[in-house]
Amino acid sequence: MHGSHATGSPYAPHTDAERSRMLEAVGVETEADLFDIPTAVQFDGKFGIDARSERETRRLVRSILGRNSDLTELLGRGHYGYYVPSLVDHLADRSEFLTSYTQYQPEVSQGFLQALFEYQSLLVELTGLEIANCSMYDAATALGEAATLAERVRDTSGHRVLVPDLLREGRRSTLENYVAGTDLEIEEYPTDDGNVDLAALEEQVNEKSVMVYAENPTVRGTIEESLTAIGDLAAAHDALFVLGSDPVALSVLQRPADVGADVVVGDASVLGLPTSYGMGLGLFATSEDYLRQVPGRLVGVSEDATDRRAYTLTLQTREQHIRRERATSNICTNQAWVALRTAMHAASLGPNGMVDLAERGVTRASDLAARLDALVGVKAPVHDRHHIREFVAHVDQPAAAIAEDLEKRGFAVHVVGEHLIQVCVAGVTDERIDSFVAAFEEVAR
Amino acid sequence: MSERSDDASAAPRAEGVRYDQARYVENGQYEPLLSEKDLTRVEIGAEGDETDDGDGGDGSDSPLPDHLTRDSLELPELSEPELARHYTRLSQMIYGIDSGPYPLGSCTMKYNPKFTEDVAALPKAAVHPDRSERSLQGTLELLYRLQDYLGRIGGMDAVTLQPPAGAAGEFVGIRVAAAYHEHNGEDHRDEVIVPESAHGTNFATAALGGYDVVSLPSDDEGRVDLEALEAALSEQTAALMLTNPNTLGLFERDIERIAEMVHDVGGLLYYDGANLNALLGRARPGDMGFDVMHYNVHKTFATPHGGGGPGAGPVGVVDELAPFLPAPRVREGDKTKSGESTYELFDPEHTIGHVHGYQGNWLVLVKAFAYIARLGDAGLSDASAKAVLNANYLASQLEYDIPYEPFHHEFVASAGDQDAADVAKRMLDYGVHPPTTKWPEIVSEALMTEPTEVESKGTLDRLAAAFNAVAAEDDETLEAAPGRTTARRIDQTSAARNPRLSWHAIGNTDDE
Repeated sequence: MHGSHATGSPYAPHTDAERSRMLEAVGVETEADLFDIPTAVQFDGKFGIDARSERETRRLVRSILGRNSDLTELLGRGHYGYYVPSLVDHLADRSEFLTSYTQYQPEVSQGFLQALFEYQSLLVELTGLEIANCSMYDAATALGEAATLAERVRDTSGHRVLVPDLLREGRRSTLENYVAGTDLEIEEYPTDDGNVDLAALEEQVNEKSVMVYAENPTVRGTIEESLTAIGDLAAAHDALFVLGSDPVALSVLQRPADVGADVVVGDASVLGLPTSYGMGLGLFATSEDYLRQVPGRLVGVSEDATDRRAYTLTLQTREQHIRRERATSNICTNQAWVALRTAMHAASLGPNGMVDLAERGVTRASDLAARLDALVGVKAPVHDRHHIREFVAHVDQPAAAIAEDLEKRGFAVHVVGEHLIQVCVAGVTDERIDSFVAAFEEVAR
Repeated sequence: MSERSDDASAAPRAEGVRYDQARYVENGQYEPLLSEKDLTRVEIGAEGDETDDGDGGDGSDSPLPDHLTRDSLELPELSEPELARHYTRLSQMIYGIDSGPYPLGSCTMKYNPKFTEDVAALPKAAVHPDRSERSLQGTLELLYRLQDYLGRIGGMDAVTLQPPAGAAGEFVGIRVAAAYHEHNGEDHRDEVIVPESAHGTNFATAALGGYDVVSLPSDDEGRVDLEALEAALSEQTAALMLTNPNTLGLFERDIERIAEMVHDVGGLLYYDGANLNALLGRARPGDMGFDVMHYNVHKTFATPHGGGGPGAGPVGVVDELAPFLPAPRVREGDKTKSGESTYELFDPEHTIGHVHGYQGNWLVLVKAFAYIARLGDAGLSDASAKAVLNANYLASQLEYDIPYEPFHHEFVASAGDQDAADVAKRMLDYGVHPPTTKWPEIVSEALMTEPTEVESKGTLDRLAAAFNAVAAEDDETLEAAPGRTTARRIDQTSAARNPRLSWHAIGNTDDE
């Protein structure tokens, strides 16, 4: 090992002798001579951060994260903890995938481009729409991008963007920020027993509406029953119909293209990532009508000089590095590696596995709701709807107290109202669900 | 840096280096698509699943009524060993930082320490964002400590970790500026000034924020033209977005004057952190008069680029802007009875709200924290020192002209009469990744080069040999390149003219 590393970056390979020769070649005494920084703005203090060995650093992080409680998370509402197969970790962690940059030199990046192309194809199959980009940051920012797309492609005189009243705060607020620089205005429409209140929406949609947003499943896990009518309504008023969903739900629920969706957004990392404190993968798919207006990166097919099929980033004139202030989005770095993981996880499941995972989400949520409903002091599900993965339950006791008691017993649930909790089965084993029901019985009475 | 060094050591001959990238060819194509290996259609609903292979039930009973489901789903159904080979072959057709030098200017492609992957994969890092704060003390503590680290490194008073990428950080900066001006009754400010040579994201972000973009030319020396700045600044100015060192690698020597001019008209000064790797421990944006900045942790703090992301773009601000930062942030709470620190989330008083559904790219932030904790003061400042040394040494070995100096962590050479894009393609054949090309436009046929601190002298010599070999080659050779990569030169025009963006779009055309 190089002794000179003791006080420097462990990842700078220079030996003292090499460093001297390099300084000599450049014609300076020391690195400091290379900095052209006026004295007044030089920093001669310290950050006060101690260097550590790799082992010590690992211990530090382990010790900090060790303060997170061990809980079985019956949590969802847009972020899910499905089991991710080892195949995904091991192959996505191959350093060629992990340590490469955006594919600006496609001739040496065919593998990643193909994986992203396969990811796009997965989304095309799931949504029935012709175009999917190779990622936005997350569901919330994808929704924001959908709104700015709506503004660009709709010629209507108004600026109304209609969203459900139950929309998650993080998504709603992100959307508000994305439209802050436009004339768009966000308006809520009511939901009825978890789903879109179609009659109320009909009253609200008019020629001033540029976009109608709905989610399937909804944030409460209910399955929407009037998507076709919503699509017709949006189309009749020349508004863009934007649908929020995810790859697992899309495996069995109505195909967005069949219900008139113009754009599908959502979190695709439902597959590919474990719960990651909200880190996600923005799904963005749309009709080929909007090809030139799509935000984000697109991988397309071409040929190389030997006439073999080859992949490349394409239609880059939409993007910020070419189009600057007239770009379709400011996105540059995106979630490519997460998209790779999602594609791998989906491939690992295959169509049978994906359909099975989604259908089990329906039956397991329904089974758990029935078991909770049988307990004293609980009514579940609250909404008289079909559910996938999760549902809302009414508890006679204050919901916050129930959640706290459950946490003491090792379970995390959502509190969504004074007497409402929300429970999700995604990624939770049958054994843990049995224990959860037993714990629930103790705390709910 | 036009003088050639007379370094006694013999520089490696580029001709001795030949790079042949792995390639798998089947039926005249590179690795077939998953869809060409299998496509299985699964029927959903009462008709059942005709291809069910016995993993429970006969597949005929969908738990949902037909009108709520799709008809079918058609995707590849492959076994784990088949997939392992597929993705391994794909990986072999990718050049990463572990394959060789990757001197993309402005991208800071430095080595990604392996142990950071391990800490991000700790089971305790896999947490749901809706858990109670009391059950997430580890996550909150790590975020708090990273906020603190970044504040110290940038000289900023408050930091948000929510932005999931650099451009998202810029967007926070612009939204914070808008909220600040509006709070002060100055929402007439509708212009953001951006230097001609800035990153494309600066322009696009300002536009996304609803601002008119005022483009600022450089002076003859490649820096901000103070007269042009004076002319651009007005009561309409919301902010000036600046990278320092700039894209030419030059430090904006007049930064104090620039800050004063911007502040005099009531504007804010924004620091684009793309080039922060030049300054660690030697200068801090906060000390230069910047009010708001973003950090690219996937550049400066060595988290992997992952083929285009995920990154993270935390934003630091001065005290006056802290009330406008995104919600929520992390702060210390009351100590426990046993004296242990606790952490809690809070919404800044005049917050702009969310710019991400949750708290950004958590797993990336864990890696960045680990990197900073590993290097400490000495490691961070050494990283910048070596990054600047490497850029200067590499430049000293090049035949290409480098019109602007003194540069720091990166330089922009000119390919002269050669086409910079062709130079890049030819460099691939010498086993190195080429620099960023054709940008910034202020240098004709630009080769924007940033070797970072992780390359040894030997690697830099090999990189220089590749540059120099290409410099001596004729246009014909360059136009025919690359010849040793998986794919040969790819036709960009036909890809854009006839967009085929999924396997559905090529389905029947290729396999008869």
